[in-house]
Amino acid sequence: MKTYMIHLNSRRCIGCHGCEVHCKTNKQLPVGPFLCEISHAPLKKVGGVPKTEFVFSSCRHCEEPLCVPVCPTNAMIQRQDGIVYVDQELCIGCMACKTACAWDVPVQNPGDGKAVKCDMCMDRLDRGLKPACVTKCTTHALKLVTLQAA
Amino acid sequence: MKKAVYSICGMCTVRCPIYVESENDRVTWIEGNPHLLGGALCAKGSAGPALREDHERPQQPLIRVGARGAGRWREASWEEALDYVAEKLADIKAEHGAESVVLSSRGGPWQSMYKAFIHAFGSPNYTNHDCTCGRNTHHASLSINGVGRKGFAYDIKNANHLVLFGRDMFSSLRIAENIQTLDMLDNGGRLTYVDVRQTNTGVKATRFFQVRPGTDYALALGVIHQVIAKGYYDQQFVDRYVSDFRSLMDFVEQYTPAWAAAECGVKEKDIIDFVEEIGQDRPKVIFHPGWNLSRYRDSFYASRALHILNILMGNIEIKGGLFIPKGAGDCGVKGIRNIDCGKPDIKRGDGVGWKYTHFDKGPGLAHLFFNNMLKGDPYPIKAWIAMRHDPLSGMPDPEEQKKAFDTCDLLVAIDTNYSEFGWYADVILPESTYLERDTPICQQKGLKPRLAVRRKAVEPKYDTKASWEIFKQLADRLDIGEHFPYNTIDELWAWQLEPTGITMADFEEKGFVELTDSPIYYDRDALDSQFKTPSGKLEMVSEKLNGVELPSLKPYVSPDKPEKGMFRLIYGRTAIHTHGHTTNNPLLSELMPTNTLWLNKREAKKMDINDGDWVEVASNDGFYRATVQATLTDHLHPEAVFTFHGFGRDIPRQTRNFMAGVSDQKLMRGKLDDWDQAGGAINLCEVFVSVKKSIRNRTGRGTL
Repeated sequence: MKTYMIHLNSRRCIGCHGCEVHCKTNKQLPVGPFLCEISHAPLKKVGGVPKTEFVFSSCRHCEEPLCVPVCPTNAMIQRQDGIVYVDQELCIGCMACKTACAWDVPVQNPGDGKAVKCDMCMDRLDRGLKPACVTKCTTHALKLVTLQAA
Repeated sequence: MKKAVYSICGMCTVRCPIYVESENDRVTWIEGNPHLLGGALCAKGSAGPALREDHERPQQPLIRVGARGAGRWREASWEEALDYVAEKLADIKAEHGAESVVLSSRGGPWQSMYKAFIHAFGSPNYTNHDCTCGRNTHHASLSINGVGRKGFAYDIKNANHLVLFGRDMFSSLRIAENIQTLDMLDNGGRLTYVDVRQTNTGVKATRFFQVRPGTDYALALGVIHQVIAKGYYDQQFVDRYVSDFRSLMDFVEQYTPAWAAAECGVKEKDIIDFVEEIGQDRPKVIFHPGWNLSRYRDSFYASRALHILNILMGNIEIKGGLFIPKGAGDCGVKGIRNIDCGKPDIKRGDGVGWKYTHFDKGPGLAHLFFNNMLKGDPYPIKAWIAMRHDPLSGMPDPEEQKKAFDTCDLLVAIDTNYSEFGWYADVILPESTYLERDTPICQQKGLKPRLAVRRKAVEPKYDTKASWEIFKQLADRLDIGEHFPYNTIDELWAWQLEPTGITMADFEEKGFVELTDSPIYYDRDALDSQFKTPSGKLEMVSEKLNGVELPSLKPYVSPDKPEKGMFRLIYGRTAIHTHGHTTNNPLLSELMPTNTLWLNKREAKKMDINDGDWVEVASNDGFYRATVQATLTDHLHPEAVFTFHGFGRDIPRQTRNFMAGVSDQKLMRGKLDDWDQAGGAINLCEVFVSVKKSIRNRTGRGTL
């Protein structure tokens, strides 16, 4: 079941795009793919101040991911804790996962042609650390939330 | 092999503390120092290793073989390049005197070494980039407080209200300060933001004044008027420490909120409401006195007004206010040694200290060299060494600057990147990236002062050197090596630390050494000796300015309006780039590969310009023009256009930013000599440019 979620406190986010680079440098990705993104709505005046909300988006780690069953080589795997990740050894870069995903989350790494996506930095989680984007968020706006059963 | 070090970031000059892991001489992880920043780092910080791996930076010393700026270079060994520079310098010294050599740098905590070099060489002409940055704020602070702009720091976290005039702090990204500001907002604090456009900072504000460009001073005067009228100031503090308060009261009498509102294009009620807020929030109200306030012709006076507002709030040396940064002496311990050499007793080539007696003599004013160079007055300047300083990118009108640089026999750039100055220079001495170099230990003043040091995380990838090596090796060749009493960085560190009893091992645990356990505040009732003005008071009327017949309380003059078809050029920063230093970084260029021209939506519609259209922006004389895409916004004053600084570069070896976007400084034709006579800085926003829809929006024919 889904255990982790990355939450953005929009009040603290300054839209610096640090997380996007923290992520891709941790994954040693070349120019091209991003595994997370900061975006914002057009500015709108609230009480005389043009304001906006920042939104952080990356893989939703769906409870019933469409990308997993569609993978012809079983490279897309859902862990016990709900993290959906690509086994780089098995991936052949067909990108069927991207087609299956409603949000086009998996992207192709131009370096090796394989699919790559947010894996919640599970190697870091397993070492008791937090994902790169959360650890290094410039203003501590991103948090790792551990979900508990109701 | 795995390695981990604490160090200091070098992607911008904030120099945030970092922790770096590497494996087999490649950086594998960087984060903000967990002990100080809880891991926080910005995009630029994470893109540091991409700078280290980038082959589009100078990889060994280069000596020019073609014409200046032609980009024809010969690769040289360090021996050869250093010999070449030293011999040229020695010849110039013999023929024209040592004073004919200028050394400019970015400034910062390690500048004493560069300054010592040029002083030991025999020249008084050390200068830095501050004439395009904080000089107005610095001189404004000196004129009132008797200490420079770094004579105060800000306890934002504990403030009730932070007021920023054009200080786009969430784009400038001093991470510790940003976190403090957001903590303040989380605790219910207020943020008032004043600018000609909305920014990443302004969207966090609780109050926003979009003012007409060039009217900051008017708004500040209106606020002072209302603060005094309502009695929202610390009478006791003013009585105790302020001189000529009566003059200030009389002066601001005419500058009512109604007047200021009309002048700035804001609502009178908003100014009155704002003053009511600060009336409630004082004394914990911080008016940031400005950072890069080298903008309008009265920016110096705007900064003075902001300094005055802090005094009126009575916020000095209190929690949630301004504090005087403390050093080793305040902790009762001995400080570190720094490389140092007294300034030779020779007139400066920029006129500071003899022609202009009201300016800080330390770094002088870089832009005042140029006219003197063209005239050879008071003496010729024959060499310019730019230490990680890029005058051609930072100061207006590079083509005018080049006329002055052409009077030199030697131009040397010491830099990690190709700078525009470097590309025009005769010799490039490539500095190792901050991840590949150690630096001297520096003291960081504050409520809890500490010592910090940058340590290399990996070895230099290319044939580059750290600045401590470059200056030492140049000094040895010029027989001034005794001022640099070390051969290795370990010897230098040991020499610096010797008086303190601290050793390098003490830096291992956290990357820094605190000189005190608890914050140090001075007795607020005994601050007299802290203000180094002639009277020892906080001076509303400055003796120094009186002495040079400049007003302290300058009557307001309304800024010029642009002519039809023209707009006032405003430049600014983004959180993604450090000016021109990073626009060629692979990862940062990916986030922002070029700049655009921001236009007010209604003004753009009048010219039939839509968002994303190509527009042509040209200098007032048509000498420089660029075609860039338009970004339309409702939140930019209609008199202005805006662009991010650091683009429009044309160094072919930087392929990612080559000819990308528009260069603001190239648009500033004739503006090298437009500077603030009282504050010293260049007026970088007194520039009007023409804008029209580009003919390049059409689809071409003539293809197969």
